[in-house]
Amino acid sequence: MLAFAIRRLGQSLFVLVVMSFLVFLGVYAIGNPIELLVNPQADAVERARATAALGLDRPMLEQYGVFLSKAAHGDLGRSFVFNVPAIQLILQKLPATLELAFAAMVIAIAIGIPLGLAAGLRPNSYIGRTIMAGSILGFSLPSFWVGLVLIMVFSVQLGWLPPNGRGETVLLLGVPVSFLTWDGLRHLAMPALNLALFKLSLLVRLTRASTREAVLQDYVKFARAKGLSPRRVIGVHVLKNIMIPIVTVIGLELGSVIAFAIITESIFAWPGSGKLLIDSINQLDRPVIVAYLLVIVTIFIAINFVVDVLYSVLDPRVRLGAAAAH
Amino acid sequence: MSRMLHAAAALLALAFVPAAHAQKEREVAIGLQAAITSIDPHYHNLSPNNSLLLHIFEPLVKRDANQKMVPALATSWRAIDDLTWEFKLRKNVKFHDGTPFTADDVVATYKRVPTVPNSPSSFATFTKPIVETRVVDPYTIVFKTAAPHVLLPSDLGSVYILPKAVAEKAATEDFNSGKAAIGTGPYKFVEYVPNQRVVMKANYGYWGGEEPWDKVTFKILTNSAARVAALLSGDVQMIETVPTSDIAKLSSDKNFALSDKVSNRVIYVHLNQWNDKTVPFVTAKDGKPLEKNPFKDVRVRKALSMAINRDAIAERIMEKKAVPAAQLLPDFFYGTSKKLKPPKYDPEGAKKLLAEAGYPNGFAMTIHGPNNRYINDDKIAQAIAQFYSRAGIEAKVETMPSNVYFTRATKGEFGYMVLGWGTESGEQGSSLRSLLATHDPAKGMGVTNRGRYSNPEFDKQVTEALVTMDDKKREAMIQRAAETAMNDVGLIPIHYEVSTWGTAKGFRYEARTDQYTLATGLKPVK
Repeated sequence: MLAFAIRRLGQSLFVLVVMSFLVFLGVYAIGNPIELLVNPQADAVERARATAALGLDRPMLEQYGVFLSKAAHGDLGRSFVFNVPAIQLILQKLPATLELAFAAMVIAIAIGIPLGLAAGLRPNSYIGRTIMAGSILGFSLPSFWVGLVLIMVFSVQLGWLPPNGRGETVLLLGVPVSFLTWDGLRHLAMPALNLALFKLSLLVRLTRASTREAVLQDYVKFARAKGLSPRRVIGVHVLKNIMIPIVTVIGLELGSVIAFAIITESIFAWPGSGKLLIDSINQLDRPVIVAYLLVIVTIFIAINFVVDVLYSVLDPRVRLGAAAAH
Repeated sequence: MSRMLHAAAALLALAFVPAAHAQKEREVAIGLQAAITSIDPHYHNLSPNNSLLLHIFEPLVKRDANQKMVPALATSWRAIDDLTWEFKLRKNVKFHDGTPFTADDVVATYKRVPTVPNSPSSFATFTKPIVETRVVDPYTIVFKTAAPHVLLPSDLGSVYILPKAVAEKAATEDFNSGKAAIGTGPYKFVEYVPNQRVVMKANYGYWGGEEPWDKVTFKILTNSAARVAALLSGDVQMIETVPTSDIAKLSSDKNFALSDKVSNRVIYVHLNQWNDKTVPFVTAKDGKPLEKNPFKDVRVRKALSMAINRDAIAERIMEKKAVPAAQLLPDFFYGTSKKLKPPKYDPEGAKKLLAEAGYPNGFAMTIHGPNNRYINDDKIAQAIAQFYSRAGIEAKVETMPSNVYFTRATKGEFGYMVLGWGTESGEQGSSLRSLLATHDPAKGMGVTNRGRYSNPEFDKQVTEALVTMDDKKREAMIQRAAETAMNDVGLIPIHYEVSTWGTAKGFRYEARTDQYTLATGLKPVK
């Protein structure tokens, strides 16, 4: 287990360095931030001053070298646009995004797995078919459209829920969270549902397929033959065996929900980090882009690590040391 | 079990904390389109910042809804001679922290401006012409410039005054946290959350009288559909930049009102004249290179301008929220010429001119433009291409995000470039100099002349105009320079954008040409 963790750490550092270089190169290739930052009426002196102030007058590789040496000391640079440390900007926004992502995943899991199980156990029933038809809708409706429809119905027509922003926050272990206040929940409901819809449909289909496969297995037949109650057969024998692919997908999807909740965030003006990323790309605010992607890659690595550990918990045949040796 | 019950009860109690959202009568929320990058008024010269910070801070000279200069912290100003300006300051003005406003605050502020670290777009451009400052008495200040600088009052209108103690010490972070956000303006700083909101409360001791609002919340709603939804649902009482697609719907709804005004932003085309022989993305129709750069020929430039149906673009693509343009500013602004009229749509005339210039069969080119910078920018480029096909020019369109587009446009990589320009100073002279004078950034000439148009006669006219101190004489000279450049088609003006604000029932906004969204212009109506 320890050797596995250390090896993972080494690989992760390598990934982070390579990724930061690619992002650096990419942003450099897109364009010159000075074009967007400096006032168009500024003269040559002012442009040169701004270029030098942001360190953009040096060759690209030298700029990257400066970044690396500062990063090694924990300094990821200051935002060109906001003039505050990039990491501070991201950490201000990250709790909102994490909250939205977890809320969406909780909705997706709490609704998706039971529905998928129901559809898998009775695939030809009326309920099973309805669930599957619904999941197709969830897959195919574009999320910006669903978001706007939600706003139109629940905010504009009915006036039940606020159309944008994050509600009142309270501190939970030092992190501002909004799901513990009524106002916060009201703000969270629509964006979380909007973000959950696609994942929910995915989980329904995945759970259904795995369930249909599992109920035909010998151990399920045997458990039934032994006279176990249907509840125990489904809850223990079926559910536990279909969890491995589901946990994998949940892990992967959680990462992507955190990193790319951008559409939902911008429609609901949710003050998260996805919106920050898009704004930063539009402004070529390189320190923020690089720092953001570094944070996201780190989160991905952490989630994958947790998923690997969960495998070994769910399936006694999986050993982490052995998995890493491959 | 009882522990769980307790936990559940605690959760429920938390869940029913009453929402702090109840709308009080003198509170108002406004949806803004763009992010505010800092509360430091000297950090980033950017319209959305300048607009928002005008609530908290004030310059010596303000601009009214038509960008005419009006007294603010200065009550009057005059040029004593070509190189000397005297400003009389307003008495009995107090900063939000209670300290009285005097000439020392002005001196300390202008000293701070060029020293703000890491500024991506500095305000030093405005204070740089001042080489010497003299405080005559606490309410009289005299500035000396090295060369005649007629735009000084207008330039100083962009520099907001801080109390001396703040100007001497405060860093950009101190403004964002509110510690240093102390001005003389009608509102006081309460809170700034980047990319999310800015909150202010009324300054009851404001010298200009009381405002109708006790508390104003500016929400950053960059997505235009979300902005409209916020207005429709009553979450905000006003939004700026109503998307053209929602204008019809809002104007037919009795619960909302629109106010609009032609703005200081012109959408125009620069034609690449970097080189006499070649020009990127322009070829003969069979793809072979042309013998010379056609854009160097005024007949070709004229033809390209005539072949655009500006009325159709304004009417159909812009949903009437644009006015066909003949110069860089609508003709009620200072220095604009009433003689200049938008060229009439005339594809046959354009064909004739092209034939005279040696292109009887036209040529082929690619129109480049941004797709996320100006209102309907990509659709405008496509419409122009269609009009050109009727004049015998084969035009393809390529649009791209502004972060890619402007870098390449500045390097001269495009032949036909759709661009936009807002004149914050509200007078045409400085814009003519930036966009049309021969490119010489060291002298501040043609700094944004991406087409490299060059006309010595025009250069002379505009340079002379901008050192003429007499307002009337100068205006006539700027008008003449504008006529020279526009008759020579130094650039092709398309239209002026009309800015639109949407308000809920019971509110009225005084629309502005500078696209600023100010709570001071929002009034309750019965």
